[in-house]
Amino acid sequence: MLIRHRHSIRPSEITPEKVFRNRRQLLRDAGLAGSGLFLAAGCAAEDDSPELRKLDVKRGSPFSTDESPNSFEDIISYNNFYEFGLDKSDPARHAGKFKPKPWTVTVAGEAAKTGTFDFDDIVGPHDIEERVYRFRCVEAWSMVIPWNGIPLGDMLKRFEPTSKAKYVAFETVVRPEEMPGQRRRVLDFPYVEGLTIEEAMHPLTLMAIGVYGVELPNQNGAPIRLVVPWKYGFKSIKSIVKITFTEQEPPTTWNLAAPREYGFYANVNPEVDHPRWSQARERRIGGGFFDEKQPTLMLNGYGEQVASLYEGLDLRKFY
Amino acid sequence: MPTQRQIRTIGKPAVFLLASLPLLWLAARIAGYGESLGPNPIETVQDELGGWGLRFLLITLAVTPLRQLLRWPWLTQFRRMLGLFAFTYCGLHFLNYALLDQSLEWSAIIEDVAERPFITVGFTAVLLMTPLAITSTAGWRRRLGRRWQTLHYLVYPIAILGCWHFWWQVKKDLREPLIYAAILAVLLGYRLWRRYRPTAAAAAAGS
Repeated sequence: MLIRHRHSIRPSEITPEKVFRNRRQLLRDAGLAGSGLFLAAGCAAEDDSPELRKLDVKRGSPFSTDESPNSFEDIISYNNFYEFGLDKSDPARHAGKFKPKPWTVTVAGEAAKTGTFDFDDIVGPHDIEERVYRFRCVEAWSMVIPWNGIPLGDMLKRFEPTSKAKYVAFETVVRPEEMPGQRRRVLDFPYVEGLTIEEAMHPLTLMAIGVYGVELPNQNGAPIRLVVPWKYGFKSIKSIVKITFTEQEPPTTWNLAAPREYGFYANVNPEVDHPRWSQARERRIGGGFFDEKQPTLMLNGYGEQVASLYEGLDLRKFY
Repeated sequence: MPTQRQIRTIGKPAVFLLASLPLLWLAARIAGYGESLGPNPIETVQDELGGWGLRFLLITLAVTPLRQLLRWPWLTQFRRMLGLFAFTYCGLHFLNYALLDQSLEWSAIIEDVAERPFITVGFTAVLLMTPLAITSTAGWRRRLGRRWQTLHYLVYPIAILGCWHFWWQVKKDLREPLIYAAILAVLLGYRLWRRYRPTAAAAAAGS
Protein backbone atom coordinates (compact mmCIF):
# COMPACT_ATOMS: atom_id res chain seq x y z
CA MET A 1 0.00 0.00 0.00
CA LEU A 2 2.77 2.40 0.93
CA ILE A 3 4.96 2.08 -2.14
CA ARG A 4 2.48 1.16 -4.80
CA HIS A 5 3.46 1.95 -8.33
CA ARG A 6 0.66 2.31 -10.81
CA HIS A 7 2.84 0.69 -13.43
CA SER A 8 2.79 -2.49 -11.41
CA ILE A 9 -0.94 -2.82 -12.15
CA ARG A 10 -1.30 -4.57 -15.48
CA PRO A 11 -4.57 -4.29 -17.40
CA SER A 12 -5.17 -7.96 -16.69
CA GLU A 13 -5.14 -7.19 -12.99
CA ILE A 14 -7.88 -4.59 -13.16
CA THR A 15 -10.55 -5.22 -10.57
CA PRO A 16 -12.60 -8.11 -11.95
CA GLU A 17 -16.09 -7.13 -12.92
CA LYS A 18 -17.77 -9.59 -10.62
CA VAL A 19 -16.43 -7.53 -7.75
CA PHE A 20 -18.63 -4.63 -8.83
CA ARG A 21 -21.72 -6.75 -8.64
CA ASN A 22 -21.84 -6.55 -4.93
CA ARG A 23 -21.76 -3.05 -3.56
CA ARG A 24 -21.08 -4.08 -0.01
CA GLN A 25 -18.17 -6.24 -1.04
CA LEU A 26 -16.91 -3.35 -3.13
CA LEU A 27 -16.88 -0.97 -0.21
CA ARG A 28 -15.02 -3.48 1.90
CA ASP A 29 -12.46 -4.03 -0.83
CA ALA A 30 -11.97 -0.33 -1.17
CA GLY A 31 -10.83 -0.38 2.44
CA LEU A 32 -13.18 2.44 3.21
CA ALA A 33 -15.78 0.60 5.17
CA GLY A 34 -13.41 0.66 8.14
CA SER A 35 -14.08 4.30 8.83
CA GLY A 36 -17.14 4.77 10.95
CA LEU A 37 -18.49 7.67 8.95
CA PHE A 38 -18.31 5.81 5.71
CA LEU A 39 -19.83 2.73 7.24
CA ALA A 40 -22.84 4.72 8.35
CA ALA A 41 -23.23 6.38 4.97
CA GLY A 42 -22.57 3.10 3.24
CA CYS A 43 -25.31 1.32 5.11
CA ALA A 44 -27.78 4.06 4.31
CA ALA A 45 -26.69 3.83 0.70
CA GLU A 46 -27.24 0.13 0.60
CA ASP A 47 -30.83 0.37 1.68
CA ASP A 48 -31.61 2.99 -0.92
CA SER A 49 -29.66 2.11 -4.00
CA PRO A 50 -29.47 -1.12 -5.93
CA GLU A 51 -26.14 -2.59 -6.95
CA LEU A 52 -24.39 -1.16 -9.98
CA ARG A 53 -25.71 -2.78 -13.14
CA LYS A 54 -23.20 -4.25 -15.56
CA LEU A 55 -23.04 -2.65 -18.99
CA ASP A 56 -22.60 -4.24 -22.37
CA VAL A 57 -19.54 -2.39 -23.60
CA LYS A 58 -17.78 -2.23 -26.95
CA ARG A 59 -14.03 -2.14 -26.31
CA GLY A 60 -10.96 -1.29 -28.33
CA SER A 61 -11.59 2.35 -29.28
CA PRO A 62 -8.65 3.90 -31.15
CA PHE A 63 -9.12 6.93 -28.87
CA SER A 64 -8.28 4.89 -25.76
CA THR A 65 -4.87 5.32 -24.16
CA ASP A 66 -2.88 2.21 -23.34
CA GLU A 67 -1.73 3.73 -20.04
CA SER A 68 -2.72 1.67 -17.00
CA PRO A 69 -6.06 2.84 -15.64
CA ASN A 70 -6.45 3.87 -12.03
CA SER A 71 -8.09 1.35 -9.77
CA PHE A 72 -11.88 1.43 -9.44
CA GLU A 73 -11.30 2.23 -5.77
CA ASP A 74 -9.31 5.38 -6.60
CA ILE A 75 -11.91 6.48 -9.11
CA ILE A 76 -14.84 6.14 -6.71
CA SER A 77 -13.16 7.53 -3.60
CA TYR A 78 -11.37 10.69 -4.82
CA ASN A 79 -13.91 13.02 -6.38
CA ASN A 80 -14.62 16.70 -6.74
CA PHE A 81 -18.40 16.87 -6.70
CA TYR A 82 -19.32 19.86 -4.55
CA GLU A 83 -22.99 18.86 -4.59
CA PHE A 84 -21.94 16.18 -2.09
CA GLY A 85 -19.37 18.18 -0.10
CA LEU A 86 -16.04 19.89 -0.54
CA ASP A 87 -13.58 17.21 0.52
CA LYS A 88 -12.60 14.76 -2.15
CA SER A 89 -13.72 11.96 0.16
CA ASP A 90 -17.15 13.58 0.69
CA PRO A 91 -18.90 12.39 -2.49
CA ALA A 92 -18.15 8.73 -1.67
CA ARG A 93 -19.52 9.32 1.85
CA HIS A 94 -22.56 11.40 1.07
CA ALA A 95 -23.80 10.26 -2.33
CA GLY A 96 -25.62 7.17 -1.01
CA LYS A 97 -29.02 8.84 -0.78
CA PHE A 98 -28.93 10.11 -4.35
CA LYS A 99 -31.40 8.41 -6.70
CA PRO A 100 -30.23 8.34 -10.31
CA LYS A 101 -33.30 6.34 -11.37
CA PRO A 102 -35.70 7.24 -12.82
CA TRP A 103 -33.99 10.02 -14.79
CA THR A 104 -35.00 12.43 -17.50
CA VAL A 105 -33.02 14.90 -19.56
CA THR A 106 -34.61 18.03 -20.97
CA VAL A 107 -33.35 19.16 -24.37
CA ALA A 108 -34.04 22.78 -25.26
CA GLY A 109 -32.97 25.67 -27.45
CA GLU A 110 -31.83 25.75 -31.06
CA ALA A 111 -32.82 22.25 -32.15
CA ALA A 112 -35.70 20.65 -34.04
CA LYS A 113 -36.42 17.95 -31.49
CA THR A 114 -36.68 19.37 -28.04
CA GLY A 115 -38.50 18.14 -24.99
CA THR A 116 -38.01 15.95 -21.96
CA PHE A 117 -36.66 12.50 -22.61
CA ASP A 118 -36.36 9.41 -20.51
CA PHE A 119 -32.82 8.21 -19.78
CA ASP A 120 -33.44 5.01 -21.74
CA ASP A 121 -34.76 6.92 -24.75
CA ILE A 122 -31.64 9.07 -24.79
CA VAL A 123 -29.13 6.28 -24.28
CA GLY A 124 -30.99 3.27 -25.70
CA PRO A 125 -30.37 3.71 -29.44
CA HIS A 126 -26.58 3.87 -29.01
CA ASP A 127 -23.76 1.40 -28.52
CA ILE A 128 -21.88 1.88 -25.29
CA GLU A 129 -18.18 2.32 -25.96
CA GLU A 130 -15.25 2.02 -23.62
CA ARG A 131 -12.93 5.02 -23.75
CA VAL A 132 -9.83 4.92 -21.58
CA TYR A 133 -9.00 8.60 -21.16
CA ARG A 134 -6.54 10.66 -19.19
CA PHE A 135 -8.44 12.88 -16.76
CA ARG A 136 -6.65 16.05 -15.62
CA CYS A 137 -8.06 18.11 -12.75
CA VAL A 138 -7.37 21.85 -12.63
CA GLU A 139 -5.92 21.14 -9.16
CA ALA A 140 -2.93 19.45 -10.85
CA TRP A 141 -3.76 15.81 -10.23
CA SER A 142 -4.76 13.26 -12.81
CA MET A 143 -6.07 9.75 -13.35
CA VAL A 144 -6.59 7.34 -16.23
CA ILE A 145 -10.23 6.29 -16.35
CA PRO A 146 -11.96 3.61 -18.45
CA TRP A 147 -15.22 5.42 -19.13
CA ASN A 148 -18.22 3.81 -20.79
CA GLY A 149 -20.45 6.02 -22.86
CA ILE A 150 -21.67 7.44 -26.11
CA PRO A 151 -19.92 9.99 -28.30
CA LEU A 152 -21.78 13.18 -27.43
CA GLY A 153 -21.99 14.23 -31.08
CA ASP A 154 -23.87 11.05 -32.03
CA MET A 155 -26.37 11.74 -29.29
CA LEU A 156 -26.78 15.46 -30.06
CA LYS A 157 -27.35 14.89 -33.78
CA ARG A 158 -30.57 13.06 -32.98
CA PHE A 159 -32.00 16.30 -31.63
CA GLU A 160 -31.25 18.00 -34.96
CA PRO A 161 -29.56 21.22 -33.82
CA THR A 162 -30.25 24.18 -36.11
CA SER A 163 -27.64 26.41 -37.75
CA LYS A 164 -28.08 28.83 -34.85
CA ALA A 165 -26.75 26.24 -32.39
CA LYS A 166 -23.24 27.59 -31.76
CA TYR A 167 -22.87 26.31 -28.20
CA VAL A 168 -24.22 23.54 -26.02
CA ALA A 169 -25.06 24.28 -22.39
CA PHE A 170 -25.39 21.61 -19.70
CA GLU A 171 -27.00 21.69 -16.27
CA THR A 172 -26.66 19.44 -13.20
CA VAL A 173 -29.68 18.33 -11.21
CA VAL A 174 -30.64 20.28 -8.06
CA ARG A 175 -31.79 18.05 -5.20
CA PRO A 176 -30.64 19.54 -1.91
CA GLU A 177 -32.49 16.80 -0.03
CA GLU A 178 -30.31 14.15 -1.70
CA MET A 179 -27.22 16.29 -2.27
CA PRO A 180 -26.10 17.72 1.06
CA GLY A 181 -23.48 19.96 -0.55
CA GLN A 182 -26.22 21.91 -2.29
CA ARG A 183 -27.66 23.04 1.03
CA ARG A 184 -24.73 25.43 1.32
CA ARG A 185 -24.24 27.90 -1.44
CA VAL A 186 -20.51 27.38 -1.94
CA LEU A 187 -21.18 27.52 -5.65
CA ASP A 188 -24.18 29.00 -7.39
CA PHE A 189 -26.16 25.80 -8.00
CA PRO A 190 -27.29 24.40 -10.38
CA TYR A 191 -23.81 23.68 -11.71
CA VAL A 192 -23.72 24.72 -15.36
CA GLU A 193 -21.18 24.08 -18.07
CA GLY A 194 -20.87 24.55 -21.80
CA LEU A 195 -18.95 23.72 -24.95
CA THR A 196 -18.77 25.18 -28.42
CA ILE A 197 -20.78 23.10 -30.87
CA GLU A 198 -17.49 22.03 -32.53
CA GLU A 199 -16.16 20.78 -29.19
CA ALA A 200 -19.43 19.03 -28.41
CA MET A 201 -19.48 17.30 -31.80
CA HIS A 202 -15.83 16.21 -31.61
CA PRO A 203 -15.55 12.40 -31.59
CA LEU A 204 -13.43 12.48 -28.39
CA THR A 205 -16.21 14.12 -26.39
CA LEU A 206 -18.12 11.49 -24.49
CA MET A 207 -21.41 11.32 -22.65
CA ALA A 208 -20.51 8.77 -20.01
CA ILE A 209 -22.99 6.50 -18.28
CA GLY A 210 -20.52 4.05 -16.79
CA VAL A 211 -17.00 3.30 -15.70
CA TYR A 212 -15.14 -0.01 -15.63
CA GLY A 213 -18.07 -1.75 -17.30
CA VAL A 214 -20.68 -0.84 -14.70
CA GLU A 215 -23.10 2.08 -14.54
CA LEU A 216 -21.71 5.24 -12.94
CA PRO A 217 -21.56 5.27 -9.14
CA ASN A 218 -23.40 8.28 -7.70
CA GLN A 219 -20.18 10.05 -6.69
CA ASN A 220 -18.95 9.94 -10.28
CA GLY A 221 -21.97 11.77 -11.70
CA ALA A 222 -24.68 9.13 -12.09
CA PRO A 223 -26.51 8.47 -14.25
CA ILE A 224 -25.09 10.57 -17.08
CA ARG A 225 -22.14 12.94 -17.27
CA LEU A 226 -19.88 14.67 -19.71
CA VAL A 227 -16.24 13.68 -20.32
CA VAL A 228 -14.08 16.12 -22.27
CA PRO A 229 -10.60 14.63 -21.92
CA TRP A 230 -8.55 17.57 -23.20
CA LYS A 231 -10.14 20.01 -20.77
CA TYR A 232 -9.78 20.38 -17.01
CA GLY A 233 -12.09 18.10 -15.09
CA PHE A 234 -14.54 20.78 -13.99
CA LYS A 235 -15.79 21.05 -17.59
CA SER A 236 -16.96 17.43 -17.39
CA ILE A 237 -20.27 18.22 -15.71
CA LYS A 238 -22.04 15.46 -13.78
CA SER A 239 -25.62 14.22 -13.29
CA ILE A 240 -26.95 16.15 -16.28
CA VAL A 241 -30.67 17.01 -16.45
CA LYS A 242 -30.66 19.66 -19.14
CA ILE A 243 -28.97 20.20 -22.50
CA THR A 244 -29.58 23.50 -24.29
CA PHE A 245 -28.39 24.49 -27.76
CA THR A 246 -27.58 28.20 -27.70
CA GLU A 247 -26.39 30.91 -30.02
CA GLN A 248 -24.44 32.77 -27.31
CA GLU A 249 -21.64 31.42 -25.10
CA PRO A 250 -23.39 30.02 -22.04
CA PRO A 251 -22.34 30.90 -18.48
CA THR A 252 -20.21 28.29 -16.67
CA THR A 253 -20.14 27.77 -12.91
CA TRP A 254 -16.43 28.06 -12.08
CA ASN A 255 -16.01 30.97 -14.43
CA LEU A 256 -18.80 32.77 -12.58
CA ALA A 257 -17.23 31.88 -9.21
CA ALA A 258 -13.70 33.04 -10.07
CA PRO A 259 -13.39 34.49 -13.60
CA ARG A 260 -9.69 35.24 -13.24
CA GLU A 261 -8.94 31.62 -12.37
CA TYR A 262 -11.27 29.60 -14.59
CA GLY A 263 -12.13 30.39 -18.20
CA PHE A 264 -14.83 29.11 -20.53
CA TYR A 265 -12.40 27.01 -22.54
CA ALA A 266 -10.38 25.48 -19.66
CA ASN A 267 -8.17 23.52 -22.02
CA VAL A 268 -5.40 21.62 -20.27
CA ASN A 269 -2.32 23.75 -20.91
CA PRO A 270 1.01 23.36 -19.10
CA GLU A 271 2.07 26.81 -20.30
CA VAL A 272 -0.81 28.74 -18.77
CA ASP A 273 -0.61 28.51 -14.99
CA HIS A 274 -3.51 28.84 -12.63
CA PRO A 275 -3.00 32.18 -10.85
CA ARG A 276 -2.26 30.32 -7.63
CA TRP A 277 -0.44 27.19 -8.77
CA SER A 278 1.59 25.76 -11.62
CA GLN A 279 -0.06 23.65 -14.30
CA ALA A 280 3.27 22.43 -15.69
CA ARG A 281 3.19 19.11 -13.86
CA GLU A 282 0.58 16.85 -12.37
CA ARG A 283 0.34 14.22 -9.68
CA ARG A 284 -0.94 10.93 -11.09
CA ILE A 285 -3.18 9.46 -8.42
CA GLY A 286 -2.30 5.95 -7.28
CA GLY A 287 1.46 6.33 -7.51
CA GLY A 288 2.02 6.27 -3.78
CA PHE A 289 4.50 8.20 -1.68
CA PHE A 290 7.62 8.32 -3.80
CA ASP A 291 6.08 8.82 -7.20
CA GLU A 292 7.27 12.01 -8.89
CA LYS A 293 4.90 14.40 -10.57
CA GLN A 294 4.79 14.02 -14.32
CA PRO A 295 4.82 16.73 -16.97
CA THR A 296 1.38 17.88 -18.07
CA LEU A 297 0.83 17.52 -21.81
CA MET A 298 -0.61 20.23 -24.03
CA LEU A 299 -4.37 19.62 -24.37
CA ASN A 300 -3.78 16.68 -22.03
CA GLY A 301 -2.05 14.80 -24.83
CA TYR A 302 -5.02 15.08 -27.20
CA GLY A 303 -3.51 17.88 -29.29
CA GLU A 304 -3.30 15.73 -32.41
CA GLN A 305 -7.05 15.29 -32.35
CA VAL A 306 -8.29 18.66 -31.10
CA ALA A 307 -5.63 21.34 -31.67
CA SER A 308 -7.32 22.29 -34.95
CA LEU A 309 -10.38 23.43 -32.98
CA TYR A 310 -8.31 26.28 -31.54
CA GLU A 311 -6.35 27.49 -34.55
CA GLY A 312 -5.94 31.23 -34.36
CA LEU A 313 -7.21 31.36 -30.80
CA ASP A 314 -4.86 32.87 -28.18
CA LEU A 315 -4.98 30.18 -25.50
CA ARG A 316 -3.44 32.56 -22.95
CA LYS A 317 -6.34 34.92 -23.38
CA PHE A 318 -9.00 32.25 -23.84
CA TYR A 319 -7.90 30.00 -20.98
CA MET B 1 -1.33 25.79 41.72
CA PRO B 2 0.88 22.92 40.56
CA THR B 3 4.31 22.66 42.09
CA GLN B 4 7.45 22.99 40.01
CA ARG B 5 7.98 19.30 40.48
CA GLN B 6 4.49 18.41 39.22
CA ILE B 7 4.99 20.57 36.15
CA ARG B 8 8.30 18.93 35.40
CA THR B 9 7.37 15.31 36.09
CA ILE B 10 3.73 15.21 35.03
CA GLY B 11 2.71 18.39 33.20
CA LYS B 12 5.45 18.61 30.63
CA PRO B 13 5.58 14.91 29.67
CA ALA B 14 1.78 14.93 29.39
CA VAL B 15 1.73 18.00 27.13
CA PHE B 16 4.57 16.57 25.08
CA LEU B 17 2.69 13.32 24.57
CA LEU B 18 -0.56 15.08 23.69
CA ALA B 19 1.15 17.37 21.22
CA SER B 20 2.90 14.40 19.62
CA LEU B 21 -0.34 12.47 19.11
CA PRO B 22 -1.24 14.01 15.73
CA LEU B 23 2.23 13.17 14.46
CA LEU B 24 2.11 9.62 15.85
CA TRP B 25 -1.35 9.14 14.37
CA LEU B 26 -0.13 10.36 11.00
CA ALA B 27 2.90 8.08 11.19
CA ALA B 28 0.60 5.15 11.94
CA ARG B 29 -1.55 6.01 8.93
CA ILE B 30 1.54 6.24 6.71
CA ALA B 31 2.56 2.80 7.95
CA GLY B 32 -0.85 1.49 6.95
CA TYR B 33 -2.65 1.40 10.30
CA GLY B 34 -5.89 3.21 11.06
CA GLU B 35 -7.71 5.47 8.67
CA SER B 36 -6.41 5.28 5.11
CA LEU B 37 -4.59 8.29 3.71
CA GLY B 38 -6.70 7.94 0.57
CA PRO B 39 -5.78 7.95 -3.09
CA ASN B 40 -3.55 11.03 -2.76
CA PRO B 41 -1.51 10.32 0.41
CA ILE B 42 1.01 13.12 -0.14
CA GLU B 43 -1.79 15.68 -0.22
CA THR B 44 -3.40 14.21 2.91
CA VAL B 45 -0.10 14.34 4.81
CA GLN B 46 0.50 17.89 3.56
CA ASP B 47 -2.91 19.08 4.76
CA GLU B 48 -2.63 17.31 8.12
CA LEU B 49 0.82 18.73 8.89
CA GLY B 50 -0.14 22.24 7.80
CA GLY B 51 -3.33 22.15 9.82
CA TRP B 52 -1.55 21.06 12.98
CA GLY B 53 1.21 23.62 12.44
CA LEU B 54 -1.36 26.39 12.35
CA ARG B 55 -3.27 24.98 15.32
CA PHE B 56 -0.12 24.84 17.47
CA LEU B 57 0.78 28.38 16.46
CA LEU B 58 -2.59 29.56 17.74
CA ILE B 59 -2.34 27.40 20.88
CA THR B 60 1.08 28.93 21.59
CA LEU B 61 -0.35 32.42 21.19
CA ALA B 62 -3.20 31.52 23.54
CA VAL B 63 -0.84 30.79 26.43
CA THR B 64 -0.30 34.39 27.52
CA PRO B 65 -3.96 35.49 27.39
CA LEU B 66 -5.03 32.36 29.28
CA ARG B 67 -2.29 32.84 31.87
CA GLN B 68 -3.42 36.40 32.48
CA LEU B 69 -7.15 35.81 32.42
CA LEU B 70 -7.07 32.67 34.56
CA ARG B 71 -4.20 33.91 36.72
CA TRP B 72 -2.23 30.76 36.04
CA PRO B 73 1.36 32.05 35.89
CA TRP B 74 2.75 28.51 35.56
CA LEU B 75 1.16 28.18 32.12
CA THR B 76 4.08 30.10 30.60
CA GLN B 77 6.32 27.12 31.24
CA PHE B 78 4.57 25.22 28.45
CA ARG B 79 4.91 27.97 25.88
CA ARG B 80 8.31 27.03 24.48
CA MET B 81 7.34 23.39 24.02
CA LEU B 82 4.12 24.34 22.23
CA GLY B 83 5.98 26.79 20.01
CA LEU B 84 8.52 24.13 19.11
CA PHE B 85 5.70 21.77 18.19
CA ALA B 86 4.27 24.47 15.92
CA PHE B 87 7.68 24.76 14.27
CA THR B 88 7.98 20.98 13.97
CA TYR B 89 4.62 20.58 12.24
CA CYS B 90 5.19 23.57 9.95
CA GLY B 91 8.72 22.42 9.15
CA LEU B 92 7.53 18.89 8.31
CA HIS B 93 4.77 20.47 6.21
CA PHE B 94 7.48 22.23 4.18
CA LEU B 95 9.69 19.13 4.02
CA ASN B 96 6.80 17.00 2.79
CA TYR B 97 6.16 19.60 0.09
CA ALA B 98 9.81 19.79 -0.99
CA LEU B 99 10.75 16.12 -0.67
CA LEU B 100 7.64 14.15 -1.58
CA ASP B 101 5.37 16.54 -3.46
CA GLN B 102 8.10 18.21 -5.53
CA SER B 103 10.68 15.37 -5.32
CA LEU B 104 13.32 18.02 -4.54
CA GLU B 105 13.07 19.54 -7.98
CA TRP B 106 14.62 22.84 -7.05
CA SER B 107 13.66 24.78 -10.15
CA ALA B 108 9.99 23.99 -9.50
CA ILE B 109 10.29 24.79 -5.79
CA ILE B 110 12.01 28.11 -6.45
CA GLU B 111 9.42 29.01 -9.06
CA ASP B 112 6.63 28.13 -6.63
CA VAL B 113 8.12 30.18 -3.81
CA ALA B 114 8.84 33.13 -6.10
CA GLU B 115 5.67 33.19 -8.16
CA ARG B 116 2.81 31.66 -6.21
CA PRO B 117 1.79 34.11 -3.53
CA PHE B 118 0.30 31.53 -1.15
CA ILE B 119 3.51 29.51 -1.25
CA THR B 120 5.64 32.66 -0.86
CA VAL B 121 3.63 33.52 2.23
CA GLY B 122 3.85 30.03 3.73
CA PHE B 123 7.54 29.69 2.98
CA THR B 124 8.25 33.06 4.61
CA ALA B 125 6.43 31.93 7.73
CA VAL B 126 8.51 28.74 8.06
CA LEU B 127 11.67 30.73 7.35
CA LEU B 128 10.86 33.24 10.09
CA MET B 129 10.06 30.47 12.55
CA THR B 130 13.52 28.95 12.21
CA PRO B 131 15.51 31.57 14.20
CA LEU B 132 12.82 31.48 16.88
CA ALA B 133 13.23 27.72 17.24
CA ILE B 134 17.02 28.00 17.34
CA THR B 135 17.00 30.76 19.98
CA SER B 136 14.40 29.04 22.14
CA THR B 137 17.01 27.60 24.51
CA ALA B 138 17.82 29.16 27.89
CA GLY B 139 21.36 29.80 26.70
CA TRP B 140 20.26 31.86 23.71
CA ARG B 141 17.73 33.68 25.78
CA ARG B 142 20.45 34.75 28.21
CA ARG B 143 22.88 35.68 25.46
CA LEU B 144 20.36 37.83 23.59
CA GLY B 145 19.05 39.56 26.67
CA ARG B 146 16.38 42.12 25.83
CA ARG B 147 16.80 41.50 22.13
CA TRP B 148 15.42 37.99 22.66
CA GLN B 149 11.94 39.34 23.36
CA THR B 150 12.12 41.68 20.37
CA LEU B 151 13.12 38.77 18.12
CA HIS B 152 10.33 36.59 19.42
CA TYR B 153 7.69 39.20 18.65
CA LEU B 154 8.15 37.71 15.16
CA VAL B 155 5.61 35.10 16.20
CA TYR B 156 2.82 37.63 15.51
CA PRO B 157 3.65 38.19 11.81
CA ILE B 158 4.35 34.46 11.50
CA ALA B 159 0.84 33.58 12.70
CA ILE B 160 -0.67 36.17 10.37
CA LEU B 161 1.30 34.71 7.45
CA GLY B 162 0.14 31.22 8.42
CA CYS B 163 -3.54 32.15 8.35
CA TRP B 164 -3.01 34.09 5.14
CA HIS B 165 -1.29 31.09 3.51
CA PHE B 166 -4.25 28.88 4.40
CA TRP B 167 -6.74 31.47 3.17
CA TRP B 168 -5.10 31.78 -0.24
CA GLN B 169 -4.62 28.05 -0.64
CA VAL B 170 -8.30 27.19 -0.36
CA LYS B 171 -10.13 26.81 -3.67
CA LYS B 172 -13.54 28.04 -2.69
CA ASP B 173 -14.81 27.34 0.79
CA LEU B 174 -13.35 29.95 3.12
CA ARG B 175 -15.12 28.74 6.25
CA GLU B 176 -12.18 26.93 7.79
CA PRO B 177 -9.56 29.63 7.07
CA LEU B 178 -12.04 32.16 8.48
CA ILE B 179 -12.24 30.27 11.77
CA TYR B 180 -8.45 30.30 12.15
CA ALA B 181 -8.28 33.97 11.17
CA ALA B 182 -11.00 34.84 13.69
CA ILE B 183 -9.19 33.05 16.52
CA LEU B 184 -5.97 34.82 15.61
CA ALA B 185 -7.81 38.15 15.55
CA VAL B 186 -9.08 37.52 19.08
CA LEU B 187 -5.62 36.53 20.33
CA LEU B 188 -3.93 39.57 18.80
CA GLY B 189 -6.84 41.88 19.64
CA TYR B 190 -6.58 40.87 23.28
CA ARG B 191 -2.93 41.94 23.31
CA LEU B 192 -3.72 45.29 21.72
CA TRP B 193 -6.48 45.83 24.23
CA ARG B 194 -4.12 45.00 27.14
CA ARG B 195 -1.58 47.41 25.82
CA TYR B 196 -3.79 50.38 25.06
CA ARG B 197 -6.67 50.05 27.50
CA PRO B 198 -6.96 52.93 29.94
CA THR B 199 -5.33 51.78 33.19
CA ALA B 200 -7.14 52.19 36.49
CA ALA B 201 -4.75 55.01 37.47
CA ALA B 202 -5.23 56.87 34.21
CA ALA B 203 -8.99 56.50 34.47
CA ALA B 204 -8.92 57.89 38.03
CA ALA B 205 -6.71 60.81 36.99
CA GLY B 206 -9.07 61.64 34.17
CA SER B 207 -12.20 61.80 36.30
